[in-house]
Amino acid sequence: MNDDMRQWPITIAVQALGGQGGGVLVDWIVDLAEHGGYIAQSTSVAGVAQRTGATIYYIELVPRSALPSDGRMPVLAQMPVPGEVDIVIASELMEAGRAVQRGFVTSARTTVIASSHRTFSPDEKSVPGNGVADAVTVLEAVRAQARRFVHGDMQALAVSHGSVISASLFGALAGSDSLPFAQEAFEDTVRRSGVGVEASLRALRAAADLARQPAPAPAPVDPMYTAPRPLPERAASPTLQPLVDRVRRVFPESAWPLLGAGLARVVEYQDVAYGTEYLDRMEQVLAWDRQSGGAVRGHQLTVEAARQVAVAMAYDDVIRVADLKTRAERFARVRAEVGAGAGEVVQTEEYFHPRLEEVCSVLPAGLGRWIESSPRLRAWLEPRLDRGRRLHPGTVWGHLQLRAVAAMRRWRRGSLRHLREQAHLGEWLAAVQRATAGDPALALELVRCRRLIKGYSDTHARGSGRFDRLMAAAALLAPRPDAAAALESLREAALRDASGQALEARWHALGLPRP
Amino acid sequence: MAERSFAREVETLRVPAGTEFRGEGILAVTKALLEAGVGYVSGYQGSPISHLMDVLADAQPILEELGVYFEPAANEACAAATLSASVMYPVRGAVTWKSTVGTNVASDALANLSSGGVTGGALVIVGEDYGEGSSIMQERTHAFAMKSQMWLLDPRPNLPAIVQAVHDGFELSEASHTPVMLQLRIRSCHLHGSFVTRENRRPAFTLREALESPQRDTNRIVLPPASFLHEREKIEQRWPAAVKFITERGLNEFFDGDIEELGIVMLGGMYNNVLRALMLHGLADLFGASRIPLYVLNVAYPLVEEEVLRFFRGKKAVLVVEEGQPDYHEQNLHAILRRAGVDTALHGKDMLPMGGDYTVAVLRRGLRSFLERYRPDVLASAAPAPGHAAALDRVLPPRPPGLCVGCPERPIFSSFKLVERKHGPRHVSSDIGCHLFSIMPPFNLGATTMGYGLGVASASAFNVKDGKRAVAFIGDGGFWHNGLSSGIGNAVFNRNDGVTVIVDNNYSAATGGQDILSSRAVNARRSTMHPIERAVRGVGVEWVRTVDRTYDVTRMRDVLEEALTTDYQGPKVVIAQSECMLNRQRREKPRAAAAVKAGQRVLKERFGVDAAVCSGDHACMRLSGCPSLTLAPSGDPLKQDPVAYVDEHCVACGHCGEVADAAVLCPSFYKTQWVRNPSRFERLVQALRERVVGWMQAGQARALARRALYPEQA
Repeated sequence: MNDDMRQWPITIAVQALGGQGGGVLVDWIVDLAEHGGYIAQSTSVAGVAQRTGATIYYIELVPRSALPSDGRMPVLAQMPVPGEVDIVIASELMEAGRAVQRGFVTSARTTVIASSHRTFSPDEKSVPGNGVADAVTVLEAVRAQARRFVHGDMQALAVSHGSVISASLFGALAGSDSLPFAQEAFEDTVRRSGVGVEASLRALRAAADLARQPAPAPAPVDPMYTAPRPLPERAASPTLQPLVDRVRRVFPESAWPLLGAGLARVVEYQDVAYGTEYLDRMEQVLAWDRQSGGAVRGHQLTVEAARQVAVAMAYDDVIRVADLKTRAERFARVRAEVGAGAGEVVQTEEYFHPRLEEVCSVLPAGLGRWIESSPRLRAWLEPRLDRGRRLHPGTVWGHLQLRAVAAMRRWRRGSLRHLREQAHLGEWLAAVQRATAGDPALALELVRCRRLIKGYSDTHARGSGRFDRLMAAAALLAPRPDAAAALESLREAALRDASGQALEARWHALGLPRP
Repeated sequence: MAERSFAREVETLRVPAGTEFRGEGILAVTKALLEAGVGYVSGYQGSPISHLMDVLADAQPILEELGVYFEPAANEACAAATLSASVMYPVRGAVTWKSTVGTNVASDALANLSSGGVTGGALVIVGEDYGEGSSIMQERTHAFAMKSQMWLLDPRPNLPAIVQAVHDGFELSEASHTPVMLQLRIRSCHLHGSFVTRENRRPAFTLREALESPQRDTNRIVLPPASFLHEREKIEQRWPAAVKFITERGLNEFFDGDIEELGIVMLGGMYNNVLRALMLHGLADLFGASRIPLYVLNVAYPLVEEEVLRFFRGKKAVLVVEEGQPDYHEQNLHAILRRAGVDTALHGKDMLPMGGDYTVAVLRRGLRSFLERYRPDVLASAAPAPGHAAALDRVLPPRPPGLCVGCPERPIFSSFKLVERKHGPRHVSSDIGCHLFSIMPPFNLGATTMGYGLGVASASAFNVKDGKRAVAFIGDGGFWHNGLSSGIGNAVFNRNDGVTVIVDNNYSAATGGQDILSSRAVNARRSTMHPIERAVRGVGVEWVRTVDRTYDVTRMRDVLEEALTTDYQGPKVVIAQSECMLNRQRREKPRAAAAVKAGQRVLKERFGVDAAVCSGDHACMRLSGCPSLTLAPSGDPLKQDPVAYVDEHCVACGHCGEVADAAVLCPSFYKTQWVRNPSRFERLVQALRERVVGWMQAGQARALARRALYPEQA
């Protein structure tokens, strides 16, 4: 028996998501092995997991040449055993992490082949802020645990060759040389399957090549982060040049990129004069920052305010939406998104649902207020206005409709909404100024809280409500030495869940009075 | 049409005797049924044996050639009752379902069948849905075998053993006049392996012959005094006959080992994993040679006392490996040993966990404690299980199953959420089916689920006058399974004032998209297209609203609101209809691709989000939860949070846009309409539009360029 005891099966665990075609990959591996002189057993746990949940497939392979002469057949296990898996194939990054978590990855023997792309889980998506799991931690954990780690965006690679992820993963398996079969045998298996053969072969070969190259180091940045561009020497439009020069002259260099982004936004949003207003406000902030010794902190207050003041000034309204929806560059992007060729007909249908509030807000302040304060007029107008509208910016009439709305830009400054936004902005910056004197860290947090306000209608109302609560909290917290940290924790709680439970819990934990 | 087609695989069912057959467990079972000369097959789909039903449906032509009758039953009770054909006639019958839930439903018929006994072999193939991947309560089918005294087979998990168990099962049934259950675990149903085939056989006695010369015997009917006779027969004749057959045919297996003072008793289904655990301890090889003697119970019930004693006598200690609880085997073995005065120590649930999966890792630990106690000298030193960074546990997000891309059920729940926003939360009774995913985020709807088709019945008690109306959800699968009588009929009879929402998606979708009575597809072999509304009105419901497009969130919301607020007293039924998207796409996608290729005009739609307009609040995802609605970087340094993004899996159901609209979320959603192979007229219109719109856009671009800071923006 001792001799036989040395014979172990090759063990392969496939961690996939329901609907990804993990079953196809497993069938291919089985076919590959059976044609390569191996006995193959595969098992899976499907059940409800097939509906988008995580699924594990398990394969064991035994060479026929190792079968004992007495006719006994191998007894193969039906599930992966921690510490006893040779190859882990994960069709998504977090699933590779899950394989490590389940103990399937051992430094002594396990080759991990993973697609580094992300399919976000419901939990990550439902966070009102940024709930995306930290990919770097997972990549590092897999790398630390695996004997060999082959990874890359197998999803994008497959799509770029007109195929599906099972083909690129199968190719990466071929390229990893972790099975005793040549790449030609892998290709034969795909040919035998007879469906989408050419595209699958292209994806297979590309992935095999990728697997043979040294694995790239993971990029240590948040994939959801967008870096600002450097401030250009010369503005594209000469009318903006004085403003760019002013930024360079007045502001510390660390703030230039975001000031550039902010400036570009507000000018595009309204006009060059609005850009001047923006820089006026930012100069005030810079003055407060300097007075409180912001230079040693890298002018963090100014840098952060450069972002938030611009967002506050370029608030989301229907004028801007109409302008964005009608641009030529957007038309090109939509065509590219579906992959439409030249000469093909592409149209978009836009989902608008302006309520009476939104309509009033773009009217001249006096008129808007008058309608708002007249219940009878509102009752008459509401049913006529409050319904979903479908607009088609690609048609002449639809385009005209949207351009007409966008053209209201020139009267925006006189609108009710603008008046309110300006007042709100003023209050917020006044609060920042008050805080700067005593507690610069609190002032910085106050600036960051502006992130809560976003969107339209209910979303905007909810965000504004929370922002106002945080402003109130800041006033209450101001005397405390840990005010900044406390406000930061409140903001994070507010961004963590939409229902507001996390915020309430945090509010309570900080011993703040009930609102 | 079922979700997965086995049209290609079933052709292998025709291979001649002596061929090496490669395939999944369920396919092997089908082949074995044909080899055993089965006369009729029935069942009800459900994981892990859904595919067995699908294979049988796809194998219909082959079954007909052999004279085998097959029907997908209305429910498991119906399938079990079908076995009555084997009571008086020597015809072999097989039925299948998901267990224990299906066995619960079937148990009335099974108890009657077991009482009177059978003439022809009656085989009940149950998919034992226990452990990882299970979608039901964790129970054992074993209990049903014991209470009705049916025999239970649990073969070793390899295809030759499973195929042999089908053959043995029929013979055992006939030899003991008792129905036999064959249980297959989740992983065995989906097991790919091979076995050597025998010849397919036509049934020795046909259903037609039975009808030609009908027979009856009141002694086979459960009515006093025959019922008392049946109990005596069970004890005095059928049980001994079964034991004799099991012993003579050697259905249970003994494997010798050199460590003779110890032993392991296990269910056949546990064999492979126990062997691997032994191998990891250095006590077995890959080909089944074990140093510890093994007694493998391919017959889980009844135990054969004589065999048990033969194995236990002279041993110091034996470990019994039985997954799940209660520990029926351990108790039974203790009784046998005590009666016989055998003092071998028996271990089981003291060394192995009482509940949960007996994974190889669990078995390895259990074996270790057993051997540490009796023979620590034979244990190889164990490598520690690999650990991992604790940081990983905090990072990895859970990934619960959910509704598919474009699922028509999603808008029903989104609509309901909108109604709740206005009228406050309601008590919601859920049922079994895809719609049960409503209990999870983002919907968080549903307080209980009491069984398939029982969603409406489980809201019965909340029939409170002038109270906040309770709401029950039920799928079309559950509705036809039993919900029409237990739910709707019951609500009519008892003047229930609640609201029932019937999710009518054309199929029994959760089990794999099988056709049902109300399916709106033409099925050559079954009678479909019987509207649920007619059935509901037929049992006396007066307030019925049918929404024939669930994606219309505004209408769906209004109908639900009406049902909850109307003055009408009595049961209110909302039928929410739209075809299961998984099935729809499977049919339409290839069709559309072929049409595009053939140069025909095809309209392709999909949704998109303008990143610049999206607020990054993700309210749309909290209301929708569509897998294709996902996150992307904003591409805007001023916007820190990720924005919504519709990926390429979008099927343009329009739900995200509808919700954004109905909930007044934001105007970032748009629908792209892409006409492939447009007509000449369409091209002309498009060219004209592009010219006029392009002229306007040029003006806009100039205005933007005058305000541009970055060069490439111009």
